[in-house]
Amino acid sequence: MSQLKKDERKRVDLGKYSFDNGEQPGIKDLRQLSEEDRRQLTMAGMDISETQRSGSYLHVNHSKVHCKATQKGVEVLDIKEALDKYDGLPEYYWQAVDKDKDEFTRAAAEKIHGGYFIRTSKGAKIKHPVQSCLFIKGDNVGQNVHNIIIVEEDSELQVITGCTTSSNVVSALHLGISEFYIKKGGSLTFTMVHNWGREVMVRPRTVCIVEEDGVFVNNYIMMMPVSSLQSYPAVFLNGRGATGRFHSILVAPEGSHIDSGNKIVLNAPDTRGEIIARTITTGGTIIAPALIEGNAVPAKGHLECKGLILSKGIIHAIPELKGTVSGVELSHEAAVGKIAQQEIEYLMARGLDEEQATSTIVRGFMNVDIMGLPPELKASIDKTIEETEKDMF
Amino acid sequence: MLTIEDLYVKVGGKEILKGINLHIDEGENYILFGPNGSGKTSLLMTLMGFDGYDVVQGRIIFKGEDITHMSPFERARLGIGMSFQRPPTIQGLKTRDMVRLCAGGKEVDVDQLAQEVNFTGLLERDINAGFSGGEIKRSELLQLMAQRPSLVLFDEPESGVDLENMSLIGRITRSILDGPLEPRNGVSMKELKSRHQISGLIITHTGYILDYINADRGTVLYEGVLCCVARPRDILEHISKYGYKECVRCLS
Ligand SMILES: Nc1ncnc2c1ncn2[C@@H]1O[C@H](COP(=O)(O)OP(=O)(O)O)[C@@H](O)[C@H]1O
Ligand SMILES: [Mg+2]
Repeated sequence: MSQLKKDERKRVDLGKYSFDNGEQPGIKDLRQLSEEDRRQLTMAGMDISETQRSGSYLHVNHSKVHCKATQKGVEVLDIKEALDKYDGLPEYYWQAVDKDKDEFTRAAAEKIHGGYFIRTSKGAKIKHPVQSCLFIKGDNVGQNVHNIIIVEEDSELQVITGCTTSSNVVSALHLGISEFYIKKGGSLTFTMVHNWGREVMVRPRTVCIVEEDGVFVNNYIMMMPVSSLQSYPAVFLNGRGATGRFHSILVAPEGSHIDSGNKIVLNAPDTRGEIIARTITTGGTIIAPALIEGNAVPAKGHLECKGLILSKGIIHAIPELKGTVSGVELSHEAAVGKIAQQEIEYLMARGLDEEQATSTIVRGFMNVDIMGLPPELKASIDKTIEETEKDMF
Repeated sequence: MLTIEDLYVKVGGKEILKGINLHIDEGENYILFGPNGSGKTSLLMTLMGFDGYDVVQGRIIFKGEDITHMSPFERARLGIGMSFQRPPTIQGLKTRDMVRLCAGGKEVDVDQLAQEVNFTGLLERDINAGFSGGEIKRSELLQLMAQRPSLVLFDEPESGVDLENMSLIGRITRSILDGPLEPRNGVSMKELKSRHQISGLIITHTGYILDYINADRGTVLYEGVLCCVARPRDILEHISKYGYKECVRCLS
């Protein structure tokens, strides 16, 4: 029965963390950061030179330290400034996520440290991604951020966001509220890399609302250790022809407890939803719920949950489908297993040693390629994979 | 090139190979016949060194080295290559990348090779994912072309292949075993000659492959024992006339 106990989610004690006095001085250029911090940011997908980016936002502990937009058609602000500038953003602020959902949303509503506000102009196709990083330094820091992205009609935006801690952080708590709004014909590709630490607790709350013909693609990569993460981002496809896709890659080393799911609600005709989750444990616990709900026709949803237990650990895949009208087409595929010996031998017969064979299979399983990431982000992900592989085999 | 001495192999606790002796010269193509269940595939798997094929007696010598207890990757690096009959699908591993892996560190023009086996359209597919019988064969050949082994183990190159594919597969098999039919630009005579030193151990039921390759000797495996050595065409003729039972009696 000890196994069951391991499966229990670790409880967050909000009183343990400091939510005050963590304001940091601003910087003009990301290159002013220390070498160590730059390395952490790079690993989390930040382009320090900012040349391949349309804007940047960096938040450290309790405040914004860097924020700018470099391309016409996209606005990047600290959320506090945006709330001042736009009279509290009544159409968007706490409109997608329920303020009273749980103790974490309430804590985030009580005191806000920052977060990004990103908005495109109508019809603007933003070539390079906007990048953001939410960074924690020091001990027992509690970080509350609130992010809002608005993709206006017929515009296209990519956002890369990395969450990370400096290497000496012993214990921290990150609460992140994210509300995304995709207007008619808009498209958002949102890629998030989480590189937390062994003693970091994470409770993000994310909701995305998509209007007619809008597209939301969410890539999520979480391969480094974390103490406990619980999240369940949801997308509501409210307009005809809207599309939503979640693709996550989760790795749980010993000591990590990851409860990371996705929800897609098909609320209009001709909507499509897809959830792909690839999970790997090397000793930690992964709970991977996924739900597609079809409330309109015609509508299609497919979810695919695949897990690999490399040596030990727990993977609990929970695929759920809910149809509330006749004619919805929902399907799922789920599997939890180990690497097939036959696949390893096949590669060994081609000259790969056992370790090379295993890592080739694991990389194929994770299938980062289909996310279509920008090359330098792909390179940093590959580096992270290399680092985590050292502990895998 | 390859010498098998008094080889006994157990699979799943059962003795499958019972005292195999076989010698294959450099550049020689050797044909292996035998009814279903006689142990042909087990012999190839043992030569490749896979788990579950336990050598209980005897030795395998390759290029003068005792490889009896080597791991498959060491054998592959020494120059043994195998074409699989039912290779597994590896999700997320594109055929293109697989071919590159087969080349080891060697320079390889994947697109050029793919063109030769009419595989260009499939390079971006996950290896073996939904491949038809003919596609599996062509993909296996493509991988061997990149790997360039000096001993090639073919398990029934013609099984599950239609006639149209058969001639392509026959030609490519030959070019892997004998080097290309005509000298090509950029291939030195020395390389051509070294390709002539490639040996093959080929399992066939139908003998179709004999129309394409030069095979000097053949043998019949029957209930884990090699029964005779003769010209492959003669063996084939006997089998088709009298069946394996008679053939074994007649030829031995
Ligand atoms: N993994 C296995 N476990 C037990 N018996 C096996 C296994 N693989 C093959 N065999 C048995 O070994 C014998 C030889 O099989 P195989 O080498 O596949 O023959 P062939 O290729 O000549 O048809 C058969 O009787 C088969 O049932
Ligand atoms: Mg066989």
